[in-house]
Amino acid sequence: MAANMKVKERVAKKQTLCGALMLIEALKAENVKVIFGYPGGAVLPIYDKLYESGVFHVLTRHEQGAIHAAEGYARISGKPGVVIATSGPGATNIVTGLTDAMMDSIPLVVFTGQVASNVIGSDAFQEADVLGITMPITKHSYQVRDIHELPKIIKEAFHIATTGRPGPVLIDIPKDMAVAEAEFDYEQDVQLPGYQPTTKPNHLQIRKLVEAVSQAKRPVILAGAGVLHANAHEQLKQYAEQQNIPVIHTLLGLGGFPADHPLFLGMAGMHGTYTANMALYECDLLINVGARFDDRVTGNLAHFAPKATVAHIDIDPAEIGKNVPTKIPIVGDAKEALIQLIEQNGKRPDVSEWLNKLNEWKREYPLMYKREPGVLKPQRLIEMIHEYTNGEAVVTTDVGQHQMWVAQYYKFKQPHRWVTSGGLGTMGFGLPAAIGAQLAQPEATVVAIVGDGGFQMTLQELSVIQELNLPIKIVIVNNQALGMVRQWQEIFYEKRYSHSLIPNQPDFVRLAEAYGMKAMRATTEEEAEYVLKEAFATNAPVLLDFHVHPGENVYPMVAPGKGLHEMVGVKW
Amino acid sequence: MVKRIITMTVNNRPGVLNRITGLFTKRHYNIESITVGHTETEGVSRMTFVVNVDDERIAEQITKQLNKQIDVLKVVDITDQAIIVRELALIKVAVTPATRGEIYTLIEPFRAAIVDVARDSLVVQVTGEPEKIDALIDLLKPYGLKEVARTGTTAFPRGSQRASSTNKSLFII
Repeated sequence: MAANMKVKERVAKKQTLCGALMLIEALKAENVKVIFGYPGGAVLPIYDKLYESGVFHVLTRHEQGAIHAAEGYARISGKPGVVIATSGPGATNIVTGLTDAMMDSIPLVVFTGQVASNVIGSDAFQEADVLGITMPITKHSYQVRDIHELPKIIKEAFHIATTGRPGPVLIDIPKDMAVAEAEFDYEQDVQLPGYQPTTKPNHLQIRKLVEAVSQAKRPVILAGAGVLHANAHEQLKQYAEQQNIPVIHTLLGLGGFPADHPLFLGMAGMHGTYTANMALYECDLLINVGARFDDRVTGNLAHFAPKATVAHIDIDPAEIGKNVPTKIPIVGDAKEALIQLIEQNGKRPDVSEWLNKLNEWKREYPLMYKREPGVLKPQRLIEMIHEYTNGEAVVTTDVGQHQMWVAQYYKFKQPHRWVTSGGLGTMGFGLPAAIGAQLAQPEATVVAIVGDGGFQMTLQELSVIQELNLPIKIVIVNNQALGMVRQWQEIFYEKRYSHSLIPNQPDFVRLAEAYGMKAMRATTEEEAEYVLKEAFATNAPVLLDFHVHPGENVYPMVAPGKGLHEMVGVKW
Repeated sequence: MVKRIITMTVNNRPGVLNRITGLFTKRHYNIESITVGHTETEGVSRMTFVVNVDDERIAEQITKQLNKQIDVLKVVDITDQAIIVRELALIKVAVTPATRGEIYTLIEPFRAAIVDVARDSLVVQVTGEPEKIDALIDLLKPYGLKEVARTGTTAFPRGSQRASSTNKSLFII
């Protein structure tokens, strides 16, 4: 009877729609609250139907801004980010964002327009082989060849983007497909025999890990973004406390474990803390939860965790054993694996000696920088932002020195507050990502911390921030240089600063004012105190241009090719 | 270097081959040969790859990466199983009235066939394991090879699998 009702309902819901309306109806069915995009010739039929659809569309000022905003939205809301771009240049402008999302496992559903089916392959106006270009940088991609398939394709795209290891999915829609009509049935089940992600971990492997933990003398957990994607932060804390195992984060994992927790050792890797890196070098059991052993985390693999038995929990089986030989592979969702581990309630290892050692390192080798009178140190700036926001703001960054300083000095207490470009290391990411983050959490304090280099790659999005009156605080860590490039040239290229110094930056304050935005500058700690206070008291966008000490470097540092234990800059 | 034979079934959709070969390029895997064709199931194709890899770890990575493709239904590295491995080659060899007879005798033990005859050439068709084809090509070389076309390896697990120690490890160079 119930089944019968369902069938009737389904029949009633079936209606004939054009491709553009199908897209809009599918977005509504997927409960999409906001989309980011930019119109153009090939998507005109879609934009025409968007006009009175009630779908909230944010017009960014460049397609790259749209896709990074969608990434920021996805990262903070936990829901897929949705993007529309036109064919040709519109589509090629999102290539960086797709790659970024692919590298950092961010769920996106991206619609690109395409020239009409009958001219595909003829080098038509604004034609680009978008499917070909984006194949290696998407989790999956589609080109609509038959309008009847569109509902199924969109449904599959949302499913693929958000399940298993999340990632970007692209749907290329030829212009004629947006106007072609067919029956719209969105109630169908997704059937993908070639895509069945394993979420339930193997019990035998879990038992093996419990056994290994009970025997361990120097265990450590390396927690990555997989913990956040799985919403497993509570379980991570519970498990670490139950077994008394210290926790290290990767860059993207930050916030998964509270930074002020006594078991937290800091971030690992090229600019990780001494304690975290040495713990990875000295540990006898390394439990990786949802990290992919990126080269910036491991340093030279030959010296990585040389004394350790490695256990790796990952939803993506291909990450296990890819870079680091793994004794205990656990394929599955981080949350489910941690729940099982907690339930096992295995014998607590005796780690008192190990924790003593780690605490000694923490005391002996903390992160350090020198404060100087009359000078604003970038590290101090980040600490001040941390204080003003109580470690609870949503923070976005680009890539480079400022990103590392935020990772080191902004002590994230909570999950899902940190939006950065990790794997791809994309300059220009932070500002548009903040737009998406703020739209995902309108009540949150959002701080976009960017470098003076990266800011100029996507600064046109100031326009969107002002237009939507998003109360984002834009912090430019201005050292009049491409800081990380400059740092490497100083250390590895005999101070030959080839094209990394930019002494003639524009006046960012007046630039922001031209966009109608409040803006202030600070060049000392005292001024920084003042402008931060004022900015955080303002419920409107504010741009802050901080002239920080230009020669400052990020330390500690593991030079490329070196092991984590060979870091420099740990002591004066 | 180790040769591995990987077979897989895939959805027969536009761009699938592109996805697979693109993946090999992206990950720096070296393809020696690919064969593709329909299977008994409509809409499903079988691909057979022969790849050269440095070690087992890379072989495992290839299988795992292929498995991540949504259109890939099943991937098996069948190198260590009892398998049937076949390749077909067409060999156009130069002949003179004096050598024609000789070539007929020479190819006979290979159970090869002459499929085209011209005044100054013959086309030999041979099927078998790649080593057998190599051997025949070597033998024909002195007569003058005009053209060689090989299909690449296709392979299949045998109906019954014996204990693995008895399997041929032909593919270890």
